[in-house]
Formats: sequence, C-alpha cells, structure tokens
Amino acid sequence: MGPDPHPGLGRASQHPDWKLPSRRSDAVRAARSSLTSSRGPLLPHVRRGVPAFGGQRRSCVSTAPGIRGNRGRQDREMSAPGSTNPSSSGSYSQSSTPNGGAAPPRQNGPAQTYPSMYASTGYYGPPPHQQSYPTIPAHSTSVPNKTSITNSAQSANYYENNHQQQHHVAPAPYNTPCTSASPSQPYSAPPPSNTQYSQQPFQQQQQHPPYATPGSYYGQQPYHGVPTTVQHPQQQQNPSLVPAPAVGPGAPLYPIVSYPSVPGSGQYGTLSPSQSTSTPGVMPIQMSAPLHQYNSSQPTSTPPVHPGYGGAPPSQMVPTVNGQGTTAQTTAHQHYDPSHQAPQSYDSYGRVTHSTGGPAADRPPSGTPSTSVHSSPGHHQGMQYGYVANSGTSAASATTSGPAAAPSSSSSDDDEEDEDEDEEAGGETSSSTTGSASPLPNSYDSLEGGSYPDSMPPSNDMTNQAQSYSSYGYHTMQPAYRQGPASRSDSSPSHDLYGQPSYQQYSQPFPDLSQLSAALGGLSGVPELEVEALRPVNLLQERNLLPPRPLEAPEPNLSADLRKVNCSPQTFRCTLTSVPQTQALLNKARLPLGLLLHPFRDLQQLPVITSNTIVRCRSCRTYINPFVTFLDQRRWKCNLCYRVNDVPDEFMYNPVTRSYGEPHKRPEVQNATVEFIASSDYMLRPPQPAVYLFVLDVSHNAVEAGYLKYLCDSILENLDKLPGDTRTRIGFLTFDSTIHFYNLQEGLSQPQMLVVSDIDDVFIPSHDSLMVNLKESKELVKDLLTSLPAMFSQSRETHSALGPALQAAFKLMSPTGGRVTVFLTQLPTLGAGMLQSREDPNQRSSSKGVQHLGPATDFYKKLALDCSGQQIGVDLFLLSSQYADLTSLACMSKYSAGSIFYYPSFHHLHNPAQLEKFQRDLGRYLTRKIGFEAVMRIRCTKGLSIHTFHGNFFVRSTDLLSLANVNPDSAFAVQMSIEDSLADSSLACFQAALLYTSNKGKRRIRVHTLCLPVVNQLSDVYAGADVQAITCLLANMAIDRSISSSLSDARDALVNAVVDLVSAYKSNVSSLQQSGLVVPASMRLFPLYILALLKQRALRTGTSTRLDERVFAMCEFKTQPLQQLMRMVHPDLYRLDNMSDQGALHLNDTVVPQPPLLHLSAERVSRDGAFLMDCGNVFYLWIGKCCNEMFIRDVLGCPNYASIPPNMNHIPELETPLSERVRAFLDWLQDNRAFSSTIHVVRDDASAKSTFFLHLVEDRTDSASSYSEFLQHIQQQMSK
Amino acid sequence: MVLKMLLIIAFDELKTDYKNPIDQCNTLNPTVEKVKKIKRVKIALKLVLPEYLIHFFFCVMFFCAAEWLTLCLNLPLLAYHVWRYMSRPVMSCPGLYDPTTIMNADILAYCQKEGWCKLAFYLLSFFYYLYGYVFIFTP
Repeated sequence: MGPDPHPGLGRASQHPDWKLPSRRSDAVRAARSSLTSSRGPLLPHVRRGVPAFGGQRRSCVSTAPGIRGNRGRQDREMSAPGSTNPSSSGSYSQSSTPNGGAAPPRQNGPAQTYPSMYASTGYYGPPPHQQSYPTIPAHSTSVPNKTSITNSAQSANYYENNHQQQHHVAPAPYNTPCTSASPSQPYSAPPPSNTQYSQQPFQQQQQHPPYATPGSYYGQQPYHGVPTTVQHPQQQQNPSLVPAPAVGPGAPLYPIVSYPSVPGSGQYGTLSPSQSTSTPGVMPIQMSAPLHQYNSSQPTSTPPVHPGYGGAPPSQMVPTVNGQGTTAQTTAHQHYDPSHQAPQSYDSYGRVTHSTGGPAADRPPSGTPSTSVHSSPGHHQGMQYGYVANSGTSAASATTSGPAAAPSSSSSDDDEEDEDEDEEAGGETSSSTTGSASPLPNSYDSLEGGSYPDSMPPSNDMTNQAQSYSSYGYHTMQPAYRQGPASRSDSSPSHDLYGQPSYQQYSQPFPDLSQLSAALGGLSGVPELEVEALRPVNLLQERNLLPPRPLEAPEPNLSADLRKVNCSPQTFRCTLTSVPQTQALLNKARLPLGLLLHPFRDLQQLPVITSNTIVRCRSCRTYINPFVTFLDQRRWKCNLCYRVNDVPDEFMYNPVTRSYGEPHKRPEVQNATVEFIASSDYMLRPPQPAVYLFVLDVSHNAVEAGYLKYLCDSILENLDKLPGDTRTRIGFLTFDSTIHFYNLQEGLSQPQMLVVSDIDDVFIPSHDSLMVNLKESKELVKDLLTSLPAMFSQSRETHSALGPALQAAFKLMSPTGGRVTVFLTQLPTLGAGMLQSREDPNQRSSSKGVQHLGPATDFYKKLALDCSGQQIGVDLFLLSSQYADLTSLACMSKYSAGSIFYYPSFHHLHNPAQLEKFQRDLGRYLTRKIGFEAVMRIRCTKGLSIHTFHGNFFVRSTDLLSLANVNPDSAFAVQMSIEDSLADSSLACFQAALLYTSNKGKRRIRVHTLCLPVVNQLSDVYAGADVQAITCLLANMAIDRSISSSLSDARDALVNAVVDLVSAYKSNVSSLQQSGLVVPASMRLFPLYILALLKQRALRTGTSTRLDERVFAMCEFKTQPLQQLMRMVHPDLYRLDNMSDQGALHLNDTVVPQPPLLHLSAERVSRDGAFLMDCGNVFYLWIGKCCNEMFIRDVLGCPNYASIPPNMNHIPELETPLSERVRAFLDWLQDNRAFSSTIHVVRDDASAKSTFFLHLVEDRTDSASSYSEFLQHIQQQMSK
Repeated sequence: MVLKMLLIIAFDELKTDYKNPIDQCNTLNPTVEKVKKIKRVKIALKLVLPEYLIHFFFCVMFFCAAEWLTLCLNLPLLAYHVWRYMSRPVMSCPGLYDPTTIMNADILAYCQKEGWCKLAFYLLSFFYYLYGYVFIFTP
C-alpha cells in the first residue's frame, strides 16, 4: 500500500488506540513514578487547582467591598422601615404559608419529571429517590424548614445563623407572636418556634426515610430538642441586642449577616455576641481567623461562607431568599415547579442541616489542627477545615446545644461525617472556582414573568424563615434581606452548598462504586472514592461486573456547585471526565478523548432568554456561561480563551429579579443549557417557514409492500401536529419511472397530478402551486392523502427513478429550504443516481471482510451537499425487502443532516412487527421538533482542538457543522486532541452552540456548556473514564475505519484498544503485579462492551448479515444518542417472573419494580423463568419452557406455555397485579425514549429465539468467541 | 529546457497556491473563513490534476531525453501520484478531495504534509534542473 492512505489513523498523537503496530511503546515507557500511589496525586492537584481560583478572586476583592458597603447601607435603610412595622408579621406569615401550600404542587410537578433528573444527574441510584418523591409533596416544605431550623438551632455555626439566632432568640421573649404565626404555617406546630422546628424534622424522618439516613436526622433532632431549652438563654441574652437592631442598630447587623464577605472581624465582632455569650473565648477567635482568610483569598463575600459551612450557607441564603420570597412568594414557587432540581435542593437542605450539625459538633478536635492549617494563607483545604472547625466550635460554643448535638451527631455514621467533610471541602473549592452557581431555575420563561430565577431551594428556606420571622415579629428584617440578596450574588454560593448535600444523600443509599465515586466529587475529599474507581479489577477472576442498575454517567470530579450547574450528561458527555493535561498523558492512558453530544434533545425544562445583546467573548465568540469568572461587576473572563470582556449594560439588569447590578444571577450564568432568541444578526436571510416535502415511491414494489396507506393515514392523523406555524408549507411528489407532481393550489376542487416523464432533464411544471400553504390548502391535502393509496394500486411500473425525483425535490425546495422525506422500497434503477446490486448473498457470512461499504456513486453525496447548501435536509425511509444499496443511498441523508430509517423485509401483511414499528416511528417522526437552517459550533478551551466529527452533517469548518435540519433524535460524536498543554487551567470547558430556526420561524441559539477538571495524573484520568462514552466513541471510530480501510482492520483496532488499555494500566498505574487482566474499576466493563461491539451487526463477521442491515447499523451508531446506543450494544437483561418489590420505585401511584441487571449469558437464563431483554429499539420477552404458569397466565393472558402465539407483539392489559407490575416496568423503560420500542414475546422453542440468543454477547457463537475466550485472547495479545 | 524551468516555477507557485487554501482552512478564523472554505477545496481540486499531468509530462520528457537518473528520481513520485489517484474517493468528476471528509483532522493534516513534502521535492528538483541547465549551456 505504500504510504498509508489513512495515516491519521496510525498516528499515535491523534488517537492512540488505533495505532496498531507500536501500540505499547508509550505505555511501557510510562512513568513508573506514578506508581508511587494513586492517592498521592490527588491532593496536590486539588490544591493546585484551588489557589488559581483564589487568585482570580483576589482581584475581585478590592472592588467588592465598596459595593458591599453601599448595599449594606441600603439594607439598613430598607430594614429600618420594615422593622417598625409590626403588623407586617401577620402578612408575612401568610405569604409564607402559601409557599408551604405551594410546595406540594411543585413537588408534584417535578415528581413526574424526576426520571429525567436522574438520568441527567446520573448519580443517584434511581430507585430510592423516586420512591421518596411521591411522598415529598407534603414534606418538601418541611425539609427546607428543617434546614433553616437546624441552622437556627445550630446558630452557633454561623454568622449567618446569628441572624437566625437572633431572630429565634428574639422570638423567645415574644412567645405570643410565634404562636399566632405558627397556625398559619402548614405544619401547625406547637407555638414555640423551636418546638416547631424540631417537630418538622421528625415528620420528615418518619415519612420519607429514603431522603436521608436516619442518623443524620437524629443528629438534628437532639439539637432541636435541646435548643428549645438551651437557646432561650442565648436568645434572652440576645434580645437585648436584637430588639435594638430591629429598630435602628439592628439594621447594621443584618447587612453583615447577609454579606459574610464583609470585613469579617468587624462583623463577627458584632455578631459574636450571641455566640460569645455562650462560649466567649473560643468562638470569636476562631471565627475571626477564618474570616480574614476568606476575605483575603476570596473577594466575594458569599463564596467563602458556604465552603466552610456546608450547612451554614443555607441559612444565609434563607434570609436573602426570604426577603425575596416573602414578597414574591408566589412567583418564587412558580419556578420551583418547572425546575427539576428543586427537589434535590430540598433534600440537600435536609442534609445540609445535619452536615453542619453532625460534623460540626464532632469536629471541634479536628478544628484546631485545621485552623492551624488554614492559617497558611493559600490553601482552601485549610480553609475548609478551619471553617468546619469553626462551625464545630461554634456549635460547641453554643454550649447548650453543643453537648447535646455532639452525641447525637456522633450517633450518625462516621462515614457519613467523612463524606460530609468531603463534600464540604468540595463546596469550598467549588465556591472558590466560580461564585456563580445556582440551582437551575429551569423555566426562564416563567421566570421572566417575574419570579426569581436564582433560588429554588432558597425559596423554601425563605418560606420557613419568613414564617419564623413573621412569627417573631421581625418582619422588619425582611426588607433588608431582600435587598441584600437581590443586590448580591451571595445567594448563589449558598445554593452550591445545597447541591452538595443532596448528592451525598443520594449516593449513600446506593453504594455502587461508580456512583459513589461520581457522587463524592469534592476535590479534597475524594481520594478514597477515586481509589474505588481505580480499584484494580482482575477480569479473569471477577465475573459479576455489572452493576445492579443500568450504568450512569460518571460525574466529573468537580466541586459540587460546578457539578450542579454542569450540563446534563444526556446532552453532553465526555469520554474522560477528567481531561488529561497533555497529549502525552492522553497517549499514555490509551483512551480516546471525545465528546458525545445530543444537542437538540427534547428537554423538559429549558431557560429561554430574550435579550437584545447576547453576551459573548469578543475574541472567541463563546457565549457567556456558568463557568466564566466575573472579575468584578463589569468584567468577566472567558473560560475558553481567558480573555477579559466587559459586561454590557443590558446584562447588568436582571429581568428575572428586576434588579440591577448582578450579572452573575442572569439565567445565562446560572444554567449550562440555555436557549437564546437570536436577533437579526444571526440571520443570513429571513427565517424560513417550515417546509415539508414528501417524496413517495409508488412503483409496483411499493404497492406490493403496502406502505402507502399507512403512511397517508399517519400523515393525515398528524397533519395538525406537524411542527410549524401559519406559514407551514407542504408538498407531495411521487415517482416510479416518471415523476408525479401534485398541484394543491388553493381553490382547486381536487388535487391535480402533473406527470413529468423526462427524467433525464427534470423540470418543475409549476412553481408556486406545488408547495402549498398547509393551512390554506388543508382540504386538498387531505383529499390527496385519502386518494393516494388507491391511485397507484394498479401500478405495474417496476422501475424507480429516485435520482431524478430527488433532483426535482431539490429544485422545488431550493428557494426555501426545509425537509424532504423520501420513502423508497427498492433499488433506484432509472436515471441519474441509478444503482446496481452489489451484494453477493454468498458473501454475507464470510469472515474475510465485507466489500462495498463505500458508496457506489457520489451522486447522492453531491446531491446532499447541494441540499445542505440550500438548507434542505433529506430523510430516508427505506422499506426494501431486497438489497437497495443503502451504502450509497445513505449519503443523501448523511451529508444533509437527515435521518435514516430502515425496515428490512417490510410488508404490511407478512411482517406486522415492522409495520407496527413503521407506524410508531412515523408518529414520532412527523410530530417531533425540528430546527431548520442550523449550524452547530463546538468550542473548547484553548489547547484542545477538534479532531473528527461523527454523525450526519456537513463539516464546514474545523469546528462548525452545517445542519440543514436538526432533529431531537440525532446525536453527534466528536474526537478531540490536545494540542497544547492545559496546565494553566484546572478546568476544561466545551461549548456547543446550535443556531437554528424553530418551526415557528424564530431564530434560536441553544447553548450547552460542559465543564471538566484537568488532571495531570494517569490514575485520575482512569478514575474519570466514562466507559460507555468511550465505547460509543470507539464504535464511531471503528466504523470510519471499516469504511476507509476494512472491517477486519476496524475489529483489530477495537481489540487493540482493550489490549492497550490493559497494558497501559498495568505498566503505569497498577502497583500490584498481578497476573491476569487488571483494569481500573471504572473501566471494568470495557472488554465486555468491546466484545459486544464486535458482535454487533455493524461490525460482526462470520454471522450472516445483509449488507444493508450492516450499513444501517453503522448509520445508527453514528447518529443514535449514547443511551440508546448502549442498549443496542449491550442490552439490558432482566428477569421478570420473580420480581420483588425490593428497591421498587413508586411513581404516581404505580409501583415500578426494579429487577437487577443480569449478565448477557445463557447461564443466567433459566428455563423456568421469563426474561426481558431491552435492546433499545426492541424488547424481547423470552419465555422459558418451564416458565411459571401463573406468569404466563397473568401477564400474557395465555392459559399455558403451549398456547402462546408465535408472533406475539404486545403485552395484554390484564388486571392482575403481576401484569400491572410488568407493564409498569415496561412503561418505565420506555420513558424518555424518543421512539417507542416494540416488544416481541419469544418462546423458547420458537425460531425467533435465535435472535434473542444472538444478543447474549457473553456467550460463544459459531463465529465469535465468548467473553472468557475474548479475555484470554487479550491476554495472549498482551504477552506478545 | 527554459520552458521546463518556467513551467516548474509556475508549478511551484501553483503548488504553494494550492497549499494555502488548506492552510487557511486550518486556521481557526471563525466566521469569514468558513464560507470561503468550500471554494478553496474546489480550487484544490482543480489544481491537483494539472499538477499530476505536468509531472507526468516531465517524466515523459525525461524519458525521451534519456535522462535516466532524473527519471529515476521522479519515478517514485509518479507512482505515488498514480496510486493516489486510483485510490481517491468515489466521485464522478476528476478530483482527489472529498469536501465531506476533508475537514477530518487526519486527512487535512495528511494533505498538508503531503503538500509540504511535494513542495520541497519540487524545489530541490527545480534547482537540480537549473544546475543541469547551467551546466549544459556553459561552455
């Protein structure tokens, strides 16, 4: 071959895995130094990362104080009036109650959406949460209350708390107000405020255990119980202080509280009184020390606060929120409803409380050392500890509560505490990195209506606090708070904290390795967990590798606030959630670096932003995103190119809060996925209307297949649901050996058919009447659709002139652009673009290699490029029973960003399964969202560059994809390479911006931003490896390889990818010189997935595979979103006949059992069971010969095994509990799937069982090895 | 001979011309460049074939002039050209580069490298011819 035709593939620098010949050179050379310990690297890198941020912050410091000072003054002014007004208390309490009342609805809303949440966050083992959710509604409100309560109870912990304390304290004297207020609260607790609080936690515990481990709550309880008694003394002391503040002097206090950043010492001094009273000596000292540090290191007041406290921040938030919440409570919970994350945050609150309480109480001892640490200026860790210590001490210092709390907290698991620490640590770091993370207010629309975007969680707290306030009669405070938060960004950090705790909670119930490691991402805290992800797994010994639940995406090892705001893994996923610092490190790791994108995914919540100026970096044009750094109020630093930009005036105003001067609270900065309504700057021409053209094959073959009737029915049915507005246009075009146009001009009595028989030089018979306005000509269109199937029923024309028909379609559409949908049933045999049958049926099962994977002609590709230029997308439905050269035909969709559907052996009578699938797909296809004239640009942090794109599109530039149409079901993959070292930043960001015209004629930009940590240790890279994403990316690469080179080459490359990984890991990381195949736990499924890949239709050899099916499988690999792809590659196998309710989900009154995943091996399948295999687009329900009669009767509705019909494609809706559970489980699996899957009931003795067993990828087949053989093969390869 | 020289010079220019577009494609200028890119690829398409033809013509000339050494030097490149053209992607028009795959970083990098190597080769051979030219015409 001389020079390698695809040299890139061989270049180590580009993608190491693919370098067949010298694959081990680098690996072996890899530094043994890294062996020293996997733990070693972690801490250093943490430290390294943090200071950088601190540095950035520092710059802010100078500016910040001034602003703060002003605000403080404002606050005071505000607070003063409010305080005087005693009557307001009643109103407040009332308003707060609405919130409480509102909470349930909010919960309900989210509850439905939860599944999506899970997926997106990826963390939590889904089952428990969902269980808990239903119960939530009542509690949700209580949870926040509790947190706030706890905070107040723990007041010792915080300056923030001090506020609360004061409030609380104050109430003590005025018991009467409390009582009066309390009734208004949903949870009508006994009058004493303290008791109320304590009660609430209890309720929570009892009602939904899943949320938090009981221990944590217990910890809280004691607090509450004690506080009532204990706090009063404090309070009483305080009262003297407090009352005054309320009127005049009190005002200064509040500002201080809300802005922790404010000169720490001074504030604390003021605040401390409450604490100092209890523990005079200790508290002030410790407090002050940490504060100073904060001030120095971190400019913004808020960030410092939450890091240390974990728990405390909520309290901060609360006040601020309360201020807002009380006034606009209704609005506040509006956004709660939309936001998925709200529930999390709530949980987190619960958590937060105990974290502060529990750990804090225990900490005191640790506190002293830590304080010493933090005295060294730079280190956040030190800071953390210091804070913790503070909190702890403070807790202790709140002497009364202290003792009680300490034991209680100790009762909770030590582990938990550790985790808390970790998370707190994470919180700190995170806070330091970016100050502007907040829970997602998902529906910006509603937000714009006037609700406050920033604070879902806070609002809850707010309600509580508000209540408390009102009860205490401290309403006066509220105005101050309101102002404070509004003006300040402080609230955001506190949110971060919230997020952290929630993670913990989720992770705890499910100690799955990956989940745990993902969940506990706090930088400093992680070591143990990362070690877990890195735990060497000897594949030859460990057989049970599958997690009990489908694998979730690993969470990047980011601080919690960043993680919380990060893009959903369903939308944006990276193969390495820890990006290696240099290409050399990447090569050493032997893993591909790439992104998997699903940019136009159907989102349930999406902030849509309308503004005149879309804020972007001036040099790299990056859209502003949550990961930028605000240097001060007027400048922000791009996180991709590091350029410092100005914040435009308009951006200073926040339409959501209607406040000025808080750019970091804008929804753009609060959400990693946002959508902008673009101005005319983003248009090359006026936005096009939605235009649909259907090109239908009506040759004899098509009539035989009988698709036409079903298609027309489906279009008729969905005619009103076609996405579009009043401008929507539609047209039809049919072809056999000639081309038929249909004049649907309004005013005609019936559609006119115009026949063009000159297929060598196609012309358009009439220019304005063929594509007609759907609204105006709806009757004609309906006429046509009803008559069309009959019109050609007698057709004897066997030829198909697809090429000319496409040319005609192109001419029809080129003035507007739009979507062309082609239905084809046979090989095109006439005119331009005619194809010959190239498949040799005898070669279908040959293992030598597959020919004709490349197109036979470039006609379709050129046509597609022309179409792409005119913004026309071509979608292909191939319903052929014969070979139709999909290889060539697919080009028309590949390069015009279309989608491809293939129904092999389609026949309306003989193949009901395909017919059903066809109908379902059509239903989805016709009504799904669509974007026109789209382009997508992917930007990434300086130093990273895009190597290759995978998917359906035309690449216009190195980072720009041209998408004539964009649909919500297609995904993209991107290979990345590291050009320059990323050493100067600790975060790598990727931003995908999709500019499209919506079906309503609006130009919109959807922006997704993903943020990942950069690491310089190989072990970290492995710990962050996302095995599913890697598998999918490798599959894409393998398909490219098989087309450009050969199939066997691609297969070898896949095997080598495994060999490379194992040997690289062995030589670089694993300190144990074990024999056998050792891989990190995060990659333990990798060989299995690769083996499954090799057995896929697209890449298998030896098994008879029709060329079209193979090519279609390849196309699917390129365009399917990751989740779907993984189910296709490695189906999920469940046993259904003995499902227990253990771990079942409770969703909307239905119980969804969660049977564990089974390995795809025949040894797991037994004759006496019923097994469900979820292959993504199809389910197989395999019924064993000796299957429980009851199952067959109750679920399938057949008396016994023998009477199960051979072609059963549905599960009857029976009233039996078993059937209900099975169907609930199936429905649950179908959720969030764009195209609903068909189900096949497969009897053990049916011929169809071979397809079922073909999916058992761990088993040996005639032509492919079993999993253990594969491992042995790998081992042999390694020893070579 | 003179004609040869001129041709070669022209060819070198062509060569560099042909390099530039792809180079520029590679630079990450966002907005302006992308529109031009397709055109550039087309330019490249047009330039490749003449290059191959001219090189082939040269080889024939060397063959006629019985310049065996020079011919030997050029034969590998000729063979490479033939191979490259035979293995081009499927397309109906003459050309070498597929606009849909040219942006693949591997292919782009390869094309670039190829361009530079050939430029070096042509430059060297140009001086070699010049030397031969001068050598012949000096008494």
